[in-house]
Amino acid sequence: MKVAVCLKRVPDTTTKIEVGADGKSINPAGVQYVISPYDEFAVEEGIRRKEAAGEGSVTIVTVGPAASTDVIRKALGMGADDAVLATTEESLDPRRTAEALAGVLRDRGDDLVLFGRTSVDGQSAQVGAQVAGLLGIPYVGDVVGLEIEGRSAKITREVEGGHVVLRGDLPLAIGCQKGLNEPRYPSLKGIMMAKKKPIETVEATCGDPTVETVSLAPPPARPDGRIVGEGVDAVPELVRLLREEAKIV
Amino acid sequence: MEPFESIDFYRLDDLLTEEQRLIRGTVREFVEENIIPSIEQHFMDGTFPREVIPQLGELGLLGANLEGYGCAGLDNISYGLIMQELERGDSGLRSFVSVQGGLVMYPIWRFGTEEQKQKYLPRLATGEFVGCFGLTEPDHGSNPSGMITNAVEDGDEYILNGNKMWITNGCVADVAVVWAKLDGVVRGFIVEKGTPGFSTTLQQGKFSLRASVTSELHFQDCRIPKGNLLPDVQGLKGPLSCLTQARYGIAWGAVGSAMACFDCARKYTGSRIQFDKPIASFQIVQAKLAEQLSEITKAQLVALRLGQMKEAGTMTPQHVSLAKRNNVRIALDIARICRDMLGANGVTHEYPVGRHMLNLESVITYEGTHDIHTLILGQSVTGIAAYS
Repeated sequence: MKVAVCLKRVPDTTTKIEVGADGKSINPAGVQYVISPYDEFAVEEGIRRKEAAGEGSVTIVTVGPAASTDVIRKALGMGADDAVLATTEESLDPRRTAEALAGVLRDRGDDLVLFGRTSVDGQSAQVGAQVAGLLGIPYVGDVVGLEIEGRSAKITREVEGGHVVLRGDLPLAIGCQKGLNEPRYPSLKGIMMAKKKPIETVEATCGDPTVETVSLAPPPARPDGRIVGEGVDAVPELVRLLREEAKIV
Repeated sequence: MEPFESIDFYRLDDLLTEEQRLIRGTVREFVEENIIPSIEQHFMDGTFPREVIPQLGELGLLGANLEGYGCAGLDNISYGLIMQELERGDSGLRSFVSVQGGLVMYPIWRFGTEEQKQKYLPRLATGEFVGCFGLTEPDHGSNPSGMITNAVEDGDEYILNGNKMWITNGCVADVAVVWAKLDGVVRGFIVEKGTPGFSTTLQQGKFSLRASVTSELHFQDCRIPKGNLLPDVQGLKGPLSCLTQARYGIAWGAVGSAMACFDCARKYTGSRIQFDKPIASFQIVQAKLAEQLSEITKAQLVALRLGQMKEAGTMTPQHVSLAKRNNVRIALDIARICRDMLGANGVTHEYPVGRHMLNLESVITYEGTHDIHTLILGQSVTGIAAYS
């Protein structure tokens, strides 16, 4: 079972994000980076697939700045075998990210290419599907269940209000959703071993930008609250406002 | 509660390796997800969260800085960062791991026979076995050399008699490392749970380290095989060398407690509105936060430098005394002031500050009281020992 896990380095979800001086990027000062949370499901699933098959390898593939080795080490500490980092200091749009990933993946011949269902920073949810398109393999997103027997996979996908079960043959690309598994912590021994695991660095190759980020804006500040009255007497007015103005009841 | 945000005002992260940051991050996440949600209840109930022991073992946190026998073999700065993150959760949790690693596994690893190491260390590393360390006695705390517990040789056995007090993990331990006098010389003995003549009593009524088991150990004509003597050390330097290991971890752990309190008070005062503005806008609150930030930063520097010296082999027990004394003192001061900054909320279990404050009253007392470390430093400065 040869598995590639595409992993993105994103600002920690607890970091308070500020827009940078150029108005188009985030201010990197004091930002801590983590594995994009959905990608952790992908790392875990890759390791479990290899463990279930009893043979094979799990390779982490990342497109990002040279500093991305910090989050790659965590994935290696969890149990992935090696990694390829396609470096770029540019912030790539989804199309170019997909091209850079496909450039690494094209000749590898993986049985499974795993993604998080979306990244928590860009949130385009495009990259997995675009990579699969470029590689000419099927893509299934929002996956919450995966069973593999031989070359045949049974895939459970979350849809509004229920599940869809699909069957398909390897090779496959999968977008992992919460619920697929519970990612493990990297053990201290795993982290120590990760030090010795290889991270191959290549330069990211992709086409020219097709879309451009014009500006970033934080969400508007929450307006001040309004006091509509006091005690029971205020209830009818409050209900009226909730119904007619806020339209939430 | 919002997730914990650590303090790194002087960018000490730049002095850590990628692995050290990753290890810290892993333990922080573990504590956030597995300790924080239930620790207040455990504290109130007076119970140790036993359910996490296998996880502590699986992650490799038990005896993490020891080499071989199933231990992770980490550097001492990584070990310190682990202690910091555990104590950010609770001093009782850090105490458990300190005792298991620094006071039980370390003496077996350092002074034990190969057979003892093979038998105990892998099981202690996974958490299958819990260990405790018996040095302090009811009437001999700061002065362990006066201990009454003794061992007498009898054929293929030693017969132990005496009592130990304030023993972390005592009632739940599968194996105890006990210090007793044999022919007037302090020696270390391994006593297994269930050995006839060995019993324990739970110490009740603590308002501190409530999420940690504290016990008395009783030895009444307790016969143990001769093979359970730790052969490679004689005299007080045996237990004292263990305490140096544990105190090293406490110096880091106290920083974790201090950061937990500071982070809580910073957020609380930023959102608590009085007189139509956050109380953090009052100079009196800002002065407290500024003072705490300074003390935490200094304590972090002391811990990190101590770790560098431990790695280099230049760390002395006096260096450890300064760090334990300083860092626990500032942590307790910060906890008390943060408790006050939270007003009435500070005396409830809604916030972690009161719990840390109460815990630190033990931490400043155990592993060499604040005053004893003062005298160790006094001796270092003057060359005169006040206690001899």
